[in-house]
Amino acid sequence: MFEALSDRLTDIFAGLRSKGTLSERDVDTAMREIRLSLLEADVNFKVVKEFIGRVKERSIGSEVMQSLTPAQQVVKIVHEELLRVLGEPARLTIADTPPTVILLAGLQGAGKTTAAAKLAHQLRKQNHHPLMVALDVYRPAAIDQLIALGKQIAIPVYSEGTKADPVKTAGNAVQHARRSANDVVILDTAGRLHIDERLMKELRDIEQRVHPHEVLLVADAMTGQDAVNAAREFHEAVNLTGLILTKMDGDARGGAALSIRSVTGVPIKYMGTGEKTDALEVFYPDRLAQRILGMGDVLSLIEKAQQNITEDDAKRLEKKMRTATFNLEDFLQQMQQVRKMGPLTQLLEMIPGMRGAVKQMGGMPNMDDREVKRIEAIITSMTRQERHDPTIIDGSRRRRIARGSGTSVQEVNQLLNQFREVQKMMKQLTSGKMRIPKRLMNL
Amino acid sequence: MPHPPCPNGDMPMRNLFARRTDRDRRTEDQEQIENAVQKTREGSFGRISSLFRQPVITDETWDELEELLVQADVGPSTAMRLVERARQDVERLELKTPVEAETAVRRQMVEVLGDRAVEPLETMARGTILLVVGVNGSGKTTSVAKLARYLDRRGRTVLLAAADTFRAAAIDQLRIWSERVQAPLVAHQPDADPGAVVFDAVKAAQARSLDFVIVDTAGRLHTKFNLMEELQKIRRVAVKAGSDAAIVSLLVLDATTGQNAILQAKAFLSSVEVDGIILAKLDGTAKGGVAFSVYDELKVPIWYIGTGEKVDDFAPFDHLEFVNALFE
Repeated sequence: MFEALSDRLTDIFAGLRSKGTLSERDVDTAMREIRLSLLEADVNFKVVKEFIGRVKERSIGSEVMQSLTPAQQVVKIVHEELLRVLGEPARLTIADTPPTVILLAGLQGAGKTTAAAKLAHQLRKQNHHPLMVALDVYRPAAIDQLIALGKQIAIPVYSEGTKADPVKTAGNAVQHARRSANDVVILDTAGRLHIDERLMKELRDIEQRVHPHEVLLVADAMTGQDAVNAAREFHEAVNLTGLILTKMDGDARGGAALSIRSVTGVPIKYMGTGEKTDALEVFYPDRLAQRILGMGDVLSLIEKAQQNITEDDAKRLEKKMRTATFNLEDFLQQMQQVRKMGPLTQLLEMIPGMRGAVKQMGGMPNMDDREVKRIEAIITSMTRQERHDPTIIDGSRRRRIARGSGTSVQEVNQLLNQFREVQKMMKQLTSGKMRIPKRLMNL
Repeated sequence: MPHPPCPNGDMPMRNLFARRTDRDRRTEDQEQIENAVQKTREGSFGRISSLFRQPVITDETWDELEELLVQADVGPSTAMRLVERARQDVERLELKTPVEAETAVRRQMVEVLGDRAVEPLETMARGTILLVVGVNGSGKTTSVAKLARYLDRRGRTVLLAAADTFRAAAIDQLRIWSERVQAPLVAHQPDADPGAVVFDAVKAAQARSLDFVIVDTAGRLHTKFNLMEELQKIRRVAVKAGSDAAIVSLLVLDATTGQNAILQAKAFLSSVEVDGIILAKLDGTAKGGVAFSVYDELKVPIWYIGTGEKVDDFAPFDHLEFVNALFE
């Protein structure tokens, strides 16, 4: 559904390869695609409008660099402009006189409690002594959740139960931190709707009681157009100082980040990238920009691959691909490796330019546990010679393999067809019909 | 028997009567939708009506309509299709007045949402297993409680299964809800096998001849391969333990979610065969417009909407009323 912007623009500009400058008409067509791409990434409509205006201004009449196609030139401008809006990663403010007070706020389900634990965990690694404070007296068991998380990562949690007033609790917690030599206080507030006047007032009261050094908005990367309204209201109520973007380990393009940045101007400080308490990363503007543009998250793919495939394996496979000696044994091994990383289609879609290719091939063989086991059985029922040269597998061999693996001849045929498809793809890859990023090849 | 207190303390009087007439229920459900979309209406959807109060329909009117739909999270491609179809209608039927054009738009919006859904769960056979799934923070546990109350008020018996054994205190959260809605709960220890919880819950419900088992599963991002596999396993366990029981998978979508909702629905659909969607948190300024794109792209119907913090803030989704309310 979401085609990479560069793919789209390449199509548009296919007709006008080597032009000196970008004309207004070229740019207009390109802007339409960029607009669509940003809207699909959930960037707020008004933010998109402003953004397009700026990109257009910069693009018209701009010199197409020698090394770039017009499409690449426009993408480059868009990318630069995106980076400018996203801004530089900012560090957490640590107060001169402890304790540093950090207030976390956001809508329900954004991930505040998890973010509190992740932040505490990270600060402790930097030799701080954080105290987490449970101020969510509304959601059932929210306090228990923070206490349980605190126990898991051995960080103290201050709570006065669900009957207490969060504003008073917050004040008491800061006092408590002073006494018990905690130099950072992380206040986990209840999720609230930005239009809930009573709860927004409560948040303001907490802020005025404790004068936090950081007020971080915790926002879900999957948020849609409404991110702008929520961010604006929170900013008006409590003067945000930064943003934590959560659930970045999914496949949301994260356009909300751009919207929130545009509306509030506050820097993005962290990104939540997993369920574990150490999955909190500093924010990489470049990666987020690529993601918003739907250009695939190559770096994430490389990281994923590195976790699961050893360098030797990858090198051997690469050589096989290049020399086209990829056989059924490699096929099996590769399948087992890839299974560790997730469905192959999903992986391929992370590579820029591959999305279309996957579609063209009518999708990759979908592999679930049972299927991999079946394939394993079929391949291990082959002789060595057959595995290295499947062309020798005739009808009689097929029947034998089917009997030996407890499958049917049809299933054996199906596997052989699948293998041929993959082989074909390998050839295409190595002959350069499909581009695969250099960094990926150099794994 | 006194009802448990609602989370915010205020309890409508009518809750004291366990059985009410269909008519009562009907108007109440309508009210729920009305209230929920109130904010939505005041936001960009409300401006759709004023768009058609202008004396003539111009190209700009259509462009503005498209913009308003996009701002409601309908998604650019669905919005474009919607406008295009409405526009064709207007031309084909030679509609002249803005009021007629507005009707055409409404009709298209209802159509994009598919056939009118009938009350899906209320009438299902005894022993039905409801798997409530979704990404982290979408509102699963709250929806489970609301659904339990909803079915209870329609005279059906329910049992809750705390199959989110991963998130800290998720079991405690469901336990508190189970006390509030007075539904029995089957729970194991944190980090226990969710499949085992489901098995025990189904067996317990069978032993007590209860109508529904509502399974609260752990939140999982749809891109996590292993977690989606785990969900399939939970479903397999439910199938096995329930023998002939119907298994219904309900996906909880956060109404503030943007276009990613489509990818979520797609992934959960292929993992546990999602039957219907609960659109949660439709009480903010979020438009829930993604409901249009989800049905448009995947044909998964919206069954219920969550409309507030209270356990009774829950209603069946009605296309016609939803769209009409947006225009009023």
